[in-house]
Amino acid sequence: MKTFEEIKTAIEAAVPGAGVEFVPNPSPSAQHSIRVAPDRAIEIARFLRDDSELAFDFCSNVTGVDWLDKEISEKVKVKRTVTKTVDGVEQSVEETADETRKRVEPGYLEAVYHLFSIAKKHGPLVIRMRTGNRTDRVELPSLTPIWRGAEFQEREVFDLYGIVFKGHPDLRRILMWEGFKDHPMRRDYVDPDDYEYEPTAHDAVLKRAQAHQAAAGK
Amino acid sequence: MSIAETKTEKLDGWNRPPTMEPEGEGELLEIAMGPHHPSTHGVFRMDVTLDGERVMRLKPVFGYLHRNHEKIAEGAAYLASMPYTDRLDYFCSLSNNWAYALAVEKLVGQAVPERAQYIRVILAELTRIQNHASSIGFLIQEMGASGTPLMYAFREREKILDLFESLTGSRMMCNYMRFGGCRVDVSAAWLASARKVVAGLPAFVDEFEALLTTNEILMARCQGVGVLKPDLAVNASVTGPLLRASGVNYDIRKVDRYGIYDRFKFRVPLGDHGDVYDRYMVRVLEMRESIRILEQALPEIPAGPIMDPKAKIRGFRPKPGEAYGRIEAPKGELGFYLISDGSPNPYRYRVRPPSLINLTILEDMCLGQNVADVVLIFGSVDIVLGEVDR
Amino acid sequence: MAIEENLKIELGKQGVFVTTLEELYNWGRRSSIWPMQFGLACCAIEMIATTMARYDLARFGAEVFRPSPRQADLMIVSGTVTKKMAPQVVRLYNQMAEPRYVIAMGACAISGGPFKQGYNVLKGIDRYIPVDVHIPGCPPRPEALIQAFMTLQKKIDEQPLTGENRPRFLNQNAQGEFPVPEPADHDLEPPSNPGVWSAPVVIR
Repeated sequence: MKTFEEIKTAIEAAVPGAGVEFVPNPSPSAQHSIRVAPDRAIEIARFLRDDSELAFDFCSNVTGVDWLDKEISEKVKVKRTVTKTVDGVEQSVEETADETRKRVEPGYLEAVYHLFSIAKKHGPLVIRMRTGNRTDRVELPSLTPIWRGAEFQEREVFDLYGIVFKGHPDLRRILMWEGFKDHPMRRDYVDPDDYEYEPTAHDAVLKRAQAHQAAAGK
Repeated sequence: MSIAETKTEKLDGWNRPPTMEPEGEGELLEIAMGPHHPSTHGVFRMDVTLDGERVMRLKPVFGYLHRNHEKIAEGAAYLASMPYTDRLDYFCSLSNNWAYALAVEKLVGQAVPERAQYIRVILAELTRIQNHASSIGFLIQEMGASGTPLMYAFREREKILDLFESLTGSRMMCNYMRFGGCRVDVSAAWLASARKVVAGLPAFVDEFEALLTTNEILMARCQGVGVLKPDLAVNASVTGPLLRASGVNYDIRKVDRYGIYDRFKFRVPLGDHGDVYDRYMVRVLEMRESIRILEQALPEIPAGPIMDPKAKIRGFRPKPGEAYGRIEAPKGELGFYLISDGSPNPYRYRVRPPSLINLTILEDMCLGQNVADVVLIFGSVDIVLGEVDR
Repeated sequence: MAIEENLKIELGKQGVFVTTLEELYNWGRRSSIWPMQFGLACCAIEMIATTMARYDLARFGAEVFRPSPRQADLMIVSGTVTKKMAPQVVRLYNQMAEPRYVIAMGACAISGGPFKQGYNVLKGIDRYIPVDVHIPGCPPRPEALIQAFMTLQKKIDEQPLTGENRPRFLNQNAQGEFPVPEPADHDLEPPSNPGVWSAPVVIR
């Protein structure tokens, strides 16, 4: 397989303005991935499939990932002017101090595609796409027109994570029933309160069971 | 016509199965096959639209066995998910164990000692044999041969399950592999009984084939039914015997050479027509190749540890990162995709289920066929609902 | 009117066979329990293994698996009942003709088992339909399923045909139809059938 640099160059030559970003994977598996801009994803995917060198004709796996809002506290060096009394004279002195700043990195949903090549027998190439946020901007282009194998898996990601795949031919719930309102694989999903009988509860289950007992007035 | 001649140029129109036009003026009949239907291998539903006997439309409905494996795994430690993987494809718990162990070993860069590798190969190939035998048994059962072929298959399966039970303590839910090795060592007595079982297997496959391969009814029902073209199969991410029956040479044991599969001599059986009969034939031949691997692996299993001494068991926290590990399970490519955030639980735990993805082209294979052949085509895909819905 | 056990044996030695209608009736019923061909998950494979040559369920008169609920006497709930499947299981149970029995096979059918904390898993089928025999195990071995059959046979044997404890099918006022839960926005509605199940009190 080509190196990631070469793949990136090839994609950018074929799809101008593709906005390909390299995402390193620090684990020993060294399966690095590339992040693509959702609006050019269809063209990039078609290029990856049809290019004779890359020939990623086999989309093995589609995964949804939920990244919650992250509060990041980082230490920043700040320069500030302090008034000090030096040798009996008031002076303004510049000094640097550490300050902890908190910022919230907005969460997003991510779709991860694992591509292999059956013709060239190489892979995996991991491509990722991000949604704008977790609530209202959850649309991504569907890659089912390129790889039919993504059809059920994208439906599953839609069902369990709520990513809306535009251009998917048959986007319905697949595992949960029609009319179910939640997206249960999201990390902030709360399952129905059926904790009335938990004979061996511990940890989180025990808390839920106790909350249920308290609510039921027992 | 061999499948090489049917190469299609245009791929992009393939994201939908073709629309069928009804013949004549008869009314279309819509039936829901399942979730309680004797031939759906469990709780699976197909909404079929029929024009007389011909299938016009077929929509699979899943989720009747969706038991939240991935969500539960994300709330549990890495090793705690191992017993749950048994219950994915409950015919092949040892293959599932291996796939998961492989993914975690990739995630943490864990080596596996020689002896454990051999044990894994032996168990995975035994699993493959019993899975293929029972899947053929179920296929023939759906053809109307009620009981007999399945009894032959289960007779052999019981012998293999006895081996599993004496080694792991359970017939079906083995929970045997660990990250960096296996749970208990095989004894010399176990190896001897395994050799005895394997020595009896070729006779079983011969007997099975003598009953079935040239059987007139089987040939009439299976040949030319449910044809799957290779380029559609690849595009629809079909894997396993279903893909190879369509003539695509892709066996992950050969491509990835995971474990120690590069040490064994075996061939990859390929189909020529991509119909139900080819899938049956590929499975029979794969059983023979598995027996060949077993015959090579059993005598040369080396002595040594079964767990890597450097493997971390307590306080298992992989560094942040991700890994995708896959094996050639009896049903197809079984993969596990893990994202670690440095905590004892995986941040994301995803199973790539071959059974679910192989069903993508079920509608394409069934369109225009008789409704009686739908159960046959469905049976030839070889799915297990525990893995389809997870 | 019951006959003394010793007298019955004594008469049997003389070649006189005495029985009661109840015994004869129950003997006939227990010797031909036809299960429904209905598999849910992993346990179904062990159920199939039980019917195969090695364990041979035919010895108990129960090898005839009927695909139709109308022809079946016994429902073996063999595996995890999910919330998506539960309405169908109850509906199938309603379609079965009396007398009908239920075996909850395996940990999942009893309580949800290892998948109990899943959002789509029903915590035991006895929340909606009455269960006659529970067999634990994940999955239970074929011998355990045979044990369940023998327990069920014993239960049928002991059923009186008249009186307060007569079985449901001989009691005109007994409940025959069990309400089918509806899948709603977040959960099944109702989450359990209070006429069949109430949460046991946990003693700690």
